[in-house]
Formats: sequence, C-alpha cells, structure tokens
Amino acid sequence: MFRSRIVVTLRKSILDPQGKAVESAAHTLGFTTVRDLRIGKHIEFSLESSTKEEAERITEEVCKKLLANPVMEDYSYNVEHA
Amino acid sequence: MKTKFGIVVFPGSNCDHDAHHAVKNIMKQEARFIWHKESSLGDVDVVILPGGFSYGDYLRTGAIARFSPVMREVVRFAKNGGTVIGICNGFQILLEAEMLPGAMLRNRSLKFVCDFIHLRVENPSTRFTSECERGDVLKVPIAHGEGNYFADNDTIAALQDGDQIVLRYCSSTGIVDDASNPNGSLGNIAGIINKEGNVFGMMPHPERAMELPLGSADGRKIFQSMIESVVLI
Repeated sequence: MFRSRIVVTLRKSILDPQGKAVESAAHTLGFTTVRDLRIGKHIEFSLESSTKEEAERITEEVCKKLLANPVMEDYSYNVEHA
Repeated sequence: MKTKFGIVVFPGSNCDHDAHHAVKNIMKQEARFIWHKESSLGDVDVVILPGGFSYGDYLRTGAIARFSPVMREVVRFAKNGGTVIGICNGFQILLEAEMLPGAMLRNRSLKFVCDFIHLRVENPSTRFTSECERGDVLKVPIAHGEGNYFADNDTIAALQDGDQIVLRYCSSTGIVDDASNPNGSLGNIAGIINKEGNVFGMMPHPERAMELPLGSADGRKIFQSMIESVVLI
C-alpha cells in the first residue's frame, strides 16, 4: 500500500490574489521577510500497487487528468509506503 | 417547426429552470431536461449546459461534471456538428472538458459578482449571435466567483485570429476597457466559440435577460440566433 500526497498551486506566471492578501497580512504581523506566498491545495490518497514506480505513474496520471488543470495549475507529489 | 432544446441537469445546476422558462415560455420552443446520468441526449437540436454549482464546485468549477455520463454524449453531439451552449458553470464545464480552450480563475476581486453588465458583440457571424450586429451592446447579468478567463498567449492569439472571441465585457456605450471588466478576464473576454463554430461558452446569463420588467430582454437575441441557426441547418 502506498500513500500519495499532492500539492496543487496556481502556475507561477499567474497572479494569486489570495496569496498576496495573506502575504500582506503576514507583513502586518511583523513577518516582514515572508515572500512569494502562494495558496494551493493539498490532496492525498492511498493506492494499492506492487511497486513504487507504478504508484508514482498512477499518481501522475490522476494529477494530469483530474486533480490539476494544466492551463492554470502546477502540481507536485510524493509517494511513500504506507 | 419548433426547435428542440435539451437542458442538461447536473447535481448542483440551478439555472436549468431559468433556461427551460426562457426556451419554453418566452421563445415558445420545445424544452426538456436531460439528467446527467442519462446515456442519450434524445432528439434535440441544441444542448444547453446551464449555470449553477455542479458538484458544489468541488476541486475546480466544472471539473467533476465533465465526467458525468451524459458528457460523453455531449462531446459526440458536438463532434457531429450539434449546437452546444454553456452558460456560466456550463462554460466552465466546456473548458474543463477541453471542448473550448482556456480556464477560469477566481475573479480578480476574489468576490462573487452578481450584477448587470454590458457585452459587446465582436462576432455576429455565429449560430449564437446572428441576430446581432457587430458592435451591438447587450445588457445581461453575471453571477459568478470564477469568471476570470485565462489562457496562454498563443491560445489568445489563435482565438483572436479565428474570430472566436464572440463577446467582451464593455461599458454601456460599448467601450471595452479595464473599468468595464467585472472579473479580470484576459482581454475582457466574456464568451468564446470553438473553431468549428458550434460550441459556445459565455459567463453572462442570457436566460436571465429575457423580459424587460426583469431588467433586460437582450438575452432573447442569443436564443433567437440559435433558433434561426437550427432552421438553416
């Protein structure tokens, strides 16, 4: 059994107004060194697979076909034995 | 002969009845609902993907609705040249289904905007705008939180070259500028059409602009255009 953990964020070239607002709140709180704050989604799931390579391949497919929209989003993931 | 409109109902659609009312009671055409689990569209001339919050907008707007069983039939219908219009959430579904290019970002203001806006008709030579003249200004309401149209530069250039940008947000006098852009859409884009000219998506709600006492009857032009186009086909 494997556990995939995925992070989806808006592509770097796209303005993230929500991230900007939160960043400026961090600055107001005194965390003035906080930079490039981006808000995204965390998604995780378990999957049955004989090898880690296969689990990664399936995770990649799920990301590409469903979890992220490549027009506006980037994704990254890690897959671990669970 | 009456034009037969099929209105797809997803869990969370909420403009399906408005569309039905517009078609049946205002335009005096045939309208029927098509539940998203159906595996056939039946005998229809036009498919409407209505507004709403299909699947609660989970994951992304339209992202889950595109996998509803009926969408396979909608894709097939469109491939065979059938007329498909996606309104608001319906437009978002068409984007997710890659039946139209691009994607919808959150509105620039991060707020849900519900208001009358104005649209400039950029291309009157479509099945959806043939009752308009180039440059006509239509008053139609919007109601969305994710209507900030985005696509990469190449896609925008291709849309531009193909005359596929059909509607842009504008002022009441037809000026397309940033002040008249309600959501941050690239190039004030409010409605686009596919290359083949049979699949159209628009964020504003023509079905809510059918009767003057309710603010505007300009939406009738969109419906009348579709009816005329079916007669021509």
